[in-house]
Order: sequence, then C-alpha cells, then structure tokens
Amino acid sequence: MRRFITSVFVFGLIIINSAFGEIPSPEPPANLIAEDHPWDHGDKIDLSWDLSIDDSKLVESYRIYSSTSSEVPFTVVTNISSGENSFIVEKLKRNQEYFFQVTAVGLDGQESTPARTEIAVVPTRQWFDGNRFSLAIITLIFCGSVFYWINHARKGRPLKIRKIAGLEAVDEAVGRATEMGRSCLFIAGIQDMNEIQTIAGITVLSRVAKTAAEFDARVEVPTSRSLVMTAARETVQASYLAAGRPDAYNEDNIYYVTDEQFGYVAYVQGMMVREKPAACFYMGAFFAESLILAETGNSIGAIQVAGTAMPAQLPFFVAACDYTLIGEEFFAASAYLSGEPDQLGSLKGQDVGKVIVMAGIIIGVTMLTVGMIAGIDTPFGSWLNDAVRFLRSVILT
Amino acid sequence: MKRTVPLIITALGGFVLIVAYFIPATQNWGEVAAIWFDILASIAFVLGGGNLIRIHLKKVSNKGAGWGYSLITIVAFLATLVVGLGKIGVHPSALYPNFPLSGEYRELGSPFWWLYEYAFKPLTATMFAMLAFYIASAAFRAFRAKNIEAILLLSTAFIILLGRTFAGVFLTSWMPDFLSGLRIENLTIYIMSVFNTAGNRAIMIGIALGIASTSLKVLLGVDRSYLGTGEK
Repeated sequence: MRRFITSVFVFGLIIINSAFGEIPSPEPPANLIAEDHPWDHGDKIDLSWDLSIDDSKLVESYRIYSSTSSEVPFTVVTNISSGENSFIVEKLKRNQEYFFQVTAVGLDGQESTPARTEIAVVPTRQWFDGNRFSLAIITLIFCGSVFYWINHARKGRPLKIRKIAGLEAVDEAVGRATEMGRSCLFIAGIQDMNEIQTIAGITVLSRVAKTAAEFDARVEVPTSRSLVMTAARETVQASYLAAGRPDAYNEDNIYYVTDEQFGYVAYVQGMMVREKPAACFYMGAFFAESLILAETGNSIGAIQVAGTAMPAQLPFFVAACDYTLIGEEFFAASAYLSGEPDQLGSLKGQDVGKVIVMAGIIIGVTMLTVGMIAGIDTPFGSWLNDAVRFLRSVILT
Repeated sequence: MKRTVPLIITALGGFVLIVAYFIPATQNWGEVAAIWFDILASIAFVLGGGNLIRIHLKKVSNKGAGWGYSLITIVAFLATLVVGLGKIGVHPSALYPNFPLSGEYRELGSPFWWLYEYAFKPLTATMFAMLAFYIASAAFRAFRAKNIEAILLLSTAFIILLGRTFAGVFLTSWMPDFLSGLRIENLTIYIMSVFNTAGNRAIMIGIALGIASTSLKVLLGVDRSYLGTGEK
C-alpha cells in the first residue's frame, strides 16, 4: 500500500512538473576553448569544450553563439548534437576579434547557462595551406619523376613506348585524303586555349599539318574560338615551314566560325556534307556535338581519328570513329608523334604517377578488407578503419 | 624571340599559379589570371568577327560551294550585331531616362530578345534534337553482335536500357525477395556502380596524370608545338 502511494506521488510530481514546464535545464558545458585554426586562410576558429555532466540524460544538442565584441549581442552559429565536444566555425572575417559561447539545450528546448570565451580570438592567415600538404608532396613526387625521366631520356637511354594505333593512323589518314584529292578536317574541340585539351589538340594539329604539307594535302581547321584560330594558324604555318613548303600555307583554311556550340556544329556538319573531307580529326574537348560530328563523318565515309579526355564523349567517338585516343593516349599523342626524347621521358614520368595511384588503391582496399574481417570494434580493425578514413578524407580530397 | 617570350610568360605564369595554390595569401591569383584571359579572349572576339566577315565575303564574291549559306551568315551576323550593339527598340533605363542606350539589351520584347527567342533558340534546339537520331544510328552500329566483346557490350546495354524503363521494372517484378539482386533495375544499378564506375575511374586517373604531365611539358617548354613547331 505504501509503495502504491509513493508511486502515485512520484507520478503526480512528474505530471505537475511537465504541466508547469519544470523539467530541470541541463548543466552547462565547461572549459570552452577557442583557437585559431592552423594552416588555413584565416577564416576558421576551432572550438572545444567539456561535455555537460547531463550530456547523456538531458542534453539534446549544443548551441554555439558568436559575437565580434563582448558588448554586442551573440548570434547563433549552429546547433550540434549531444556527445560532440568540438566544432570548427568557418567563413569568419580574417583578423577580426571573435567571442564565443556554447549552451547545452535540453530535451524541452531549455538552454543552460553559457560557457564563454573570456578572451577574444582572431583568425589569422598562415603562409601555407595545411589541408593541401599531402597534395603538395604528391605534386613534388610526380614533378620530380617527370624531371628525372626527361633527364634520363636526354642522356640517350632507350625508352619503350607501346604502339598507339590511333596515332599510327594519322599518316595513313592524311595519305588517303591526298590520294582521293580531298581535304583533311581538323577540329580542336570547342573550348578555348585555356583548356589543356585544346593545347593537346593543337600539338596533334602540328603533326597533321606537317604530314599534309609533305603530302600536299589541304587541312581545313574551323575553330569555335578566336584565340584557337590564331594559335592554330601559327602552328600550321610553322608546320608548313618545317616541312619545307611555306608557299603551300593558306591561312584562309584556318578560320573562326562561332562560339555557339550548335551553331558551330551546324556549320561543320554542312561543310562536311558538301565538301566530303576524306579524313576527319577530332582532338580536344567535346560535349554533345561529338556524336553529331562523328556520325556525319561516318556517313560521308571519311577515315576518322578522335581524341578527347571527356569521359562522357568517349563512347560516342568509339562507336562512330575508326580510331579513338582514350584519355591519357590523347595527352601522349604529342610525345608519341614527335618521338623527341624529352617528351617521351615525360610519358615515363607519368607512369610513376600511375604506380603511386595503384599502390594507394591496393593499400586502401587491403586495409579496408582486413579491417572489416577483423571487425571495427576491435582495436586493430578500428585503427585500420581510421587509416582508411585518413587516406580517403585527407590524401584523396 | 617570337618563341622565347611566350615560353617565359607561360612558364612563369604556370609555376607561380601552382605555388600560389598552396599559399593562402596568393590563392586568388588564379582568379586574376582567369580575368586576364577573359580580357584577351574578348579582344580576340573582334579578330574572330573580322575573320568571319572576310572569309564569307570572299566565298560570296567567288560564288564558291555553298555561297548562299555564307550570305545568310553575313546578313544574320550583321543584323544581330546592329540590333544588339545599337540596343534597337530597347527603352532607356529608369535610372538614366535621358540616355537612350542605358537600357538592358535583352529587354523583354526588344528585337534582340525576339531574335534570341524566335530564331536562335529554335535553331539551337533543332540541332540538339538531331542528336537523338545520331545516337540511334551509332548504337545500331556499335551493338552489332560481331564477336564476343560486341555480344558482351550488346547484352550489357540491353540490361541498362531496359532497367531504366518502366517495362524493365515490370518484367522482373515477380522475382522473390531472395532473388531481388537479379531484378533488372537492380542489375542496372550494380553494373553502373561497380563495372562502369571502375572503368570510368581508371580512365579518369589516366586523364588526370596526362593533364599533369602535359601541363608540365608545356610549362617547362619541352612541348612547344602549340607555339608553332616542335622543332628547336
């Protein structure tokens, strides 16, 4: 009977407390520390605090406030869930003083008294971006290997480069155009000269133009950017000069059409159908126009060689062209066609990058697999999991 | 000299921007360089426009193949240029009512807006729409079962295409839960997220390394064919 009366009394208290909103507010967090985020632009501050003693029972979240002066009212930065005891405040103004406070927010939304920073913190900019440290190391290793192999090749040591069918076909295509008495069409993509694929396309053009000059074939280069037109003219002119045929160079064969993607396609397509070039080269950055151009070239029976680093356009070129340079093959074209030791050495340096990537993939996959087998709860599994997380979030991003 | 100065500018600009990427104080230098490029490119517009007029006028005067198209190009180019630059039919801005050219050149209902909406947009859409037919003809050729690889390609494409349609989902919906992995929509997801992603990433890694290597060649002046010739 006594137990029943006690139960009713406690239950009644709870009901009364709830009705009058008297659930006790949680204890505040303690020891709030604010520090400038290291190795950044000067726009972040790291906050850390000791969890409220009610963290596991009464705390729903922690609310972070900031202010630029102790006199100015604090504004809410964000809410973070209970159990978290650190936060990085971002998008702050460099060299500006900031004050922070953190409160524990109870289950009914009631806030504790705040834990405050007594001294102002100032985000400052460092001379090096620490988030990019691993990228800097990888860049140094990669550049170093390219330097090394260029130097290696300069000493006259032989380098083995695999055959690339698409590039072997360049001379064949130009030769065929000469035999048929028709022109060669070269399209250096639809991007401007600030796109590396356009530069790679122009380097292939130099070889195509040189071969055409030797064979006395006509190369037509409609461009979709004015700067590409001027660069292509310089390139083709120099190629004709190198081939000993400066008189055969005609700058009117390299001309500007329009910047507009489909306007350009309409012109080139019409020109292809009317003039029926015997060889078509598509080397550069392409988008939706890739298939329209390549299918038109296919329909007129031209021999077609394409090269691009746009993964979405590769299937279209593979389906419609005779030869396609896929990604890195396209960038290797200049070195492959020139056969210069300096350039071939850079290809070898690229292989070192591939070895690093392969090692990273094997290490990452092995660690994740072993970690899963060992179990994330075990210290070894947890360590492997943390290592994979580091690999993914620090090195890969 | 004609080659050396551009090479020095390229190398200096490139290496400074690489280093600037790692130094917070200089990280906006890349944006500044991009603005410089935009200025250069906009000046080159004049060059491009002049070239366009010259080439097509020549074609018209020579009565070369397709000279009629060249005539249409010249007329369209000049009409758009005059209407756009002259802001014909555009009302002055409310802020500067005394200046007839202060209005927005794309003002609703203006001749330039009309050209854009009723000439440019439909023509562009027409060209884009043609892509569907080209995809069909390319797919027809690519999916011919000539050898093992082509058969594999055809079967995979069949599953993916079917898996993205309502009919594909309907066809295998009868499968029990323990065989749900074999339902066409799930097979599609599996192929796209495992085989396709793996292949795509391999290509992307090759591309990234190729870009880095090509950039380095250009910056070091090892590859100078884009400047005119690879000959030294």
